[in-house]
Amino acid sequence: MKHLKNIRVALAILFFLPIFLYLIDFTGKLPMQMHALLKIQWIPALLSLNLVIIAILVVISLLFGRIYCSTICPLGIFQDISAWKSRFFSKKKKKFRYTYKKPQNILRYSILALTVLIFVFGSSFLVVQLDPYSIFGRIVSQLLRPLALFANNGVAAILSNMDNYSVFKVEQLSFVPVAFVITLFFFVLISIMSWFSGRLYCNTVCPVGTTLGLLSKLSVFRISINESSCNQCGACEKSCKSQCIDSDAMTVDQSRCVSCYNCLSVCKRSGVNYQFGYKKQKAEVSQTPADGSRRTFLLTSGAVISTLAFANAKTLTGQKEDATLTRTPIMPPGAGSIEHFNTKCTGCQLCVDKCPMQVLKPAVLQYGISGIMQPHLNFSTHIFCSFDCNICSSVCPTGALKEMPIEEKKLVQIGVAKFRKDKCIVAVDETDCGACSEHCPTQAVHMVPYKNGLTIPEVIENICIGCGGCESICPAKPYAAIYVEGNKTQIAANKPAEAEKFEKKIDDFGF
Amino acid sequence: MKRRDFFKSAAVVGLASIFKPGTLAASTTAASKISVQTGVDMVAVMGGEPEIMLIKAMKELGGIGKYVKKGQKVVIKPNIGWDKKPEMAANTNPELVGALIKLCKSAGAVEVLVFDHTCQDWQKCYTNSGIKAAVEKAGGKMVPGNDESYYREVQVPKGVQLKTAKIHKAILDCDVWFNVPVLKHHGGAKNSISMKNLMGIVWDRQFFHSNDLHQCIADSATIYKKPALNIVDAYRIMKSNGPQGKTEADAVTLKSLIISPDFVAADTAAMKMFAQVQPTNIADVRYIAMAEKLKVGTQHLDKLNVKRIKL
Repeated sequence: MKHLKNIRVALAILFFLPIFLYLIDFTGKLPMQMHALLKIQWIPALLSLNLVIIAILVVISLLFGRIYCSTICPLGIFQDISAWKSRFFSKKKKKFRYTYKKPQNILRYSILALTVLIFVFGSSFLVVQLDPYSIFGRIVSQLLRPLALFANNGVAAILSNMDNYSVFKVEQLSFVPVAFVITLFFFVLISIMSWFSGRLYCNTVCPVGTTLGLLSKLSVFRISINESSCNQCGACEKSCKSQCIDSDAMTVDQSRCVSCYNCLSVCKRSGVNYQFGYKKQKAEVSQTPADGSRRTFLLTSGAVISTLAFANAKTLTGQKEDATLTRTPIMPPGAGSIEHFNTKCTGCQLCVDKCPMQVLKPAVLQYGISGIMQPHLNFSTHIFCSFDCNICSSVCPTGALKEMPIEEKKLVQIGVAKFRKDKCIVAVDETDCGACSEHCPTQAVHMVPYKNGLTIPEVIENICIGCGGCESICPAKPYAAIYVEGNKTQIAANKPAEAEKFEKKIDDFGF
Repeated sequence: MKRRDFFKSAAVVGLASIFKPGTLAASTTAASKISVQTGVDMVAVMGGEPEIMLIKAMKELGGIGKYVKKGQKVVIKPNIGWDKKPEMAANTNPELVGALIKLCKSAGAVEVLVFDHTCQDWQKCYTNSGIKAAVEKAGGKMVPGNDESYYREVQVPKGVQLKTAKIHKAILDCDVWFNVPVLKHHGGAKNSISMKNLMGIVWDRQFFHSNDLHQCIADSATIYKKPALNIVDAYRIMKSNGPQGKTEADAVTLKSLIISPDFVAADTAAMKMFAQVQPTNIADVRYIAMAEKLKVGTQHLDKLNVKRIKL
């Protein structure tokens, strides 16, 4: 029994380390297939309707409880690390110092109900903000990755001064203040909660934790206290980072137990058991908290309804009326329609991190409130969607971006270039430019005769894929003479016509 | 033969200086020195594989040892602007780059660096152009050009529009460098050859586009650190939809190579070859005439000693 904890720790490291390294990797050296580790996360599996993964996760929970929270969820492991580290800073250097706390039922069930309800109403606002895997993704993307890049670039600068180019500079471009602040808020909140109270966040805020808590009430194997051998020493209670063991009452709150098995490893008298406990527990559960749960339910629904009433339904579903945000946001290729994308994307920032062009950025209000953190394309000099690349759609764990072969991606129209002659260098300065056409992979933007031997761009919309090469390089400042208007529904562009082949044989120099 | 060539070129230089006082100075000290030494201002080869053509041409120019001395640091600047495979002719032929590195190494170069300030994802450009593999195989080193920190500002005193430019430090710090462009159609500049290839040693290209592209290209050819040679790859050229091309139908295999220390002459010759495939008015490629006006070189190929070799 005692080794169960070690197995749990080993498993957690086995999941956490690759996920962490994969998310932070900016060199592209780690295999892209590692995104499989993210597809087995709860919310991504649910959103992508990956029935096999869902079934496996449900079975595991029904058998052993919240194993997911203790081993697979990177945010859970992050909290364990935080809680574990805090020990070295506490005055008494005590290994375990938890005490039993009552569950925050109103809060946790309200949050879960709100998350589900708002999602059903068509906005994934709370799913995006509260999915634990995605929060972890954002912590890496917004807080830790920039530090790694900073270190890398420092090394690169020193080496390049010594004519060594083995480490090269990677530009930091994805900084978006709103995304940073929100991520920092969650980082601080979760760090503090876990530092002082273990898994309090998982058992109070996290909707996945709450759901799994409900599920694990039915689990086959569970922690229980053996009343005959227990001497109420309280060691298990002190070691319980979920603060769900009440050693005085000799009860374990199954809904909050994350199956970490710390209690098993500290009990010296085999007073804590992990065993088949289906029948016995069932009666217990229905017994005590009946009154409480009804009250909780009423309060919960009250909270939910009032929140919904306060929140303008329109804002929640992501429609915006702000005139300054006139451009339709440009979704990554494979997003399908804006409704599909906004519903499925959890803003985990994986595509943002993996985009070799760094053209993807977390949205602020481009998609409305519910789309905060969801990626959109943001063009700037040399930053546009690479024609020969489908990395974003191939790594997306939630199915928000449909995976597709590269030849198909090359025809996905994510937006359409709009040319504004009155701002174009050729018309204004009467000098040649053509930077836009140069960067156009399909030649949807091509140069046509203007005057005095000059040529000016023209757009063939049905072969434009909206990659933004033209907008990114347009030298007209501050507003580009050519820009991409996003498509609300991505469609297939026509295949550009091939040039006429030159068959004649040339065997003269011509000069 | 050599003596005759010497007299010929001396006569040409002399004549040129009478009729167009600027041209002599314009063909740059390096260029005129070379023409005096070997009598060859330009070599054009046709009908061979890139490596064979390069070896033949370098022989005519007096051998690689004339340009690269033992212990020198060499930089090669091909066009690697686009994430396209070699068959598209969007980038310089990798075999040509590899062959040039081998020559430089054989002449005793201590290191040969290769870079471009690419237009697309630089790592993909380096890899998919085939140039990275060719360079590493031949013993050269790929250097990134993707960050402003690799560039240093220099004055361009003769520039009309371009007065200063940030140039890649590999160029500024080397002993000798070779400009190795590919001959291409180009939507903005009409054609991309040796002078247009200089935009890849510069950091801020948008300045070019917003301040009379052609003039800036001509200005950039006046920078103090000139390439020893412009080696124009015309093994495959891009006849249409340049500079990146849509499909392989935009490429035409000419199996040719044009080498000259003179920017203007190299680009003029390349344009004449290009016009056989895609009729183009050379006057529309305005930076060529502008560069001539800045005394960068000459468009009058008939006044140069041009060596033509068919294999």
